[in-house]
Amino acid sequence: MKEKMIAKVTENKEISPGIYDMRLETRGLNASPGQFFMLYTGDGSRLLPRPISVCDCTDDILRLVYRVAGSGTSLFSRLKKDETLEIMGPLGNGYPPEPPENAVLIGGGIGLPPLLYLGKKLSACCSVTSILGYRNSDLFLKDEFDRISKVSVSTDDGSLGVHGTVMDVIKNDPSLIPQGSVLYACGPLPMLRAVREYALSEGLKCYLSLEERMACGLGVCLSCVCKTSSTDPHSNVDNARVCVDGPVFAADKVELN
Amino acid sequence: MNNSKDKYSPDLSVTIAGVPFKNPVMPASGCFGSGQEYSEYIDLNRLGAVVTKGVSVTPWEGNPVPRTAETCGGMLNAIGLQNPGLDLFIERDLSFLQGFDTNVIVNVCGHTEAEYLEAVERLSDEDRVDMLEINVSCPNVTKGAIAFGKDPAVLEDLTSKIKKLSKKPVIIKLTPNVSDITETARAAEQGGADAVSLINTLMGMKIDIDRRTFALANKTGGLSGPAIHPVAVRMVYEVSHSVSIPVIGMGGVMNGADAVEMLLAGASAVAVGCASFNDPEALIFVIEGIEDYMIRKGMKNLSDITLLQ
Ligand SMILES: Cc1cc2nc3c(=O)[nH]c(=O)nc-3n(C[C@H](O)[C@H](O)[C@H](O)COP(=O)(O)OP(=O)(O)OC[C@H]3O[C@@H](n4cnc5c(N)ncnc54)[C@H](O)[C@@H]3O)c2cc1C
Ligand SMILES: Cc1cc2nc3c(=O)[nH]c(=O)nc-3n(C[C@H](O)[C@H](O)[C@H](O)COP(=O)(O)O)c2cc1C
Ligand code: FES
Repeated sequence: MKEKMIAKVTENKEISPGIYDMRLETRGLNASPGQFFMLYTGDGSRLLPRPISVCDCTDDILRLVYRVAGSGTSLFSRLKKDETLEIMGPLGNGYPPEPPENAVLIGGGIGLPPLLYLGKKLSACCSVTSILGYRNSDLFLKDEFDRISKVSVSTDDGSLGVHGTVMDVIKNDPSLIPQGSVLYACGPLPMLRAVREYALSEGLKCYLSLEERMACGLGVCLSCVCKTSSTDPHSNVDNARVCVDGPVFAADKVELN
Repeated sequence: MNNSKDKYSPDLSVTIAGVPFKNPVMPASGCFGSGQEYSEYIDLNRLGAVVTKGVSVTPWEGNPVPRTAETCGGMLNAIGLQNPGLDLFIERDLSFLQGFDTNVIVNVCGHTEAEYLEAVERLSDEDRVDMLEINVSCPNVTKGAIAFGKDPAVLEDLTSKIKKLSKKPVIIKLTPNVSDITETARAAEQGGADAVSLINTLMGMKIDIDRRTFALANKTGGLSGPAIHPVAVRMVYEVSHSVSIPVIGMGGVMNGADAVEMLLAGASAVAVGCASFNDPEALIFVIEGIEDYMIRKGMKNLSDITLLQ
């Protein structure tokens, strides 16, 4: 059940330049991989809450990993232990929980945190492969992916792993993705487009977690729509709401133009 | 001074165009859907009314994304009146609202006069609808909508045609994007409007300096939120002193104090828009804030909230 609450920060540390790992004390939350929370800045000049994905969730701790991208996330990065933060969630649908035979997590940059949580859950039931795209050699969260999966890495600057993107990793070694694998992707739009194309052409089942500007986070304002391949039953047009109908969509159900 | 809240509860009820409201607080159209999503956070029965998102005869796709951008103390939106069309709205949204003890005000939009009239005619037959709010002021669609709201003669004509068809009281929602809002307000009154509501969003633009392009795909969008509150208060004041029909005030109302300001400026009721995005319980806090103010000032009735001078 989603709710609005005030959570106490138990930890908030920089794990890589500009990337923060925050733990919040919560009670009995049941958030699934792919779901997100809205974080309120508590400052009237910033009207809108910020969506951040669940990176882990236990009975009493919610973990969020975020990149400082602007004024809101910069404010969150300055929160100290025992300070509080207003949050609302869990929101959105999350990844389908059924474990496939082989799961392939494909993530780029700040798309990695929700995949880590998904991988943790799936690795209890199936084999997991992770293909992780980074900008440079700051491989945040990689050690944690190593513990639950077989990891391949690409870097934009070629400093580690394959020089290029996650798609270059796949091109270099197609055997990473055996037939029958299910792909789970989260990352920048060009990456999602490429993964979608690849999955559709290979006939693989694929789930994409989308990002869009949000205002309400509850399905009300229609800020956050994405194009769907057929008429969406709620909107009655070819638009779905990323905040409630997503953020996770089957690759063949959305158009990423 | 008596600080006890339990001494009495002030009467917040008000009647607008013959329709009784338990209190003067309602959501602004487009910021509350049809109430279903927010009903998980607040009790809709506590609201003076539920005002639904603009609906048109046929479904509308709306604009491309990005559709919203935050600005200092506000937000720009260019949703473009995406809506599921009247059939689904009546079947699903109005049915959902059946069970609640609150007024239902349906916000109506159209590309053409014929579309407005068809929507008004069909909604007139719906028992669950208490009032219609005619959106002639959306800045985000090129065809229709705002075109009707800027020219007083066109607005008066459309209003009178709507009034002839409508079996429900009609509220005309005014745009602030004109040089003199009292002219369009008077045109609505002349056309027979039962009330006016204002303000819709102020046309604005935000440029993303890193991407060196517009923050919104639509380039321009409507500004709402606390940033526009003083403009809205001024316009509510001007309009309520130039027409004799009731005024529903909105624009940046975040709390009880902002709402009281609107009432003091001359509004009979207040709508709360994007404050709900900032806090899903905003509407309730606004109601409680007005109550607290009245108790603090020893006021018994809403009509006691008037300017001194
Ligand atoms: C479903 C979802 C999950 C997300 N999960 C994460 C995560 O786990 N970790 C992480 O670091 N980031 C995540 N993001 C992106 C994150 O929401 C933005 O980086 C953040 O909102 C930026 O806020 P700001 O105030 O720092 O930036 P500003 O640029 O000052 O923000 C201004 C406005 O734009 C919005 N905005 C800016 N960038 C984005 C964006 N990329 N997506 C959506 N809205 C944006 C903000 O919410 C705010 O309303 C997620 C986005 C979505 C939609
Ligand atoms: C996301 C969004 C959608 C809106 N949709 C509508 C609409 O469908 N019809 C309408 O008449 N006004 C619409 N409005 C305008 C609001 O009803 C209101 O007039 C405006 O936002 C000012 O109030 P506020 O500052 O309290 O938000 C919308 C505003 C926002 C922010
Ligand atoms: S953010 Fe409002 S509908 Fe998705």
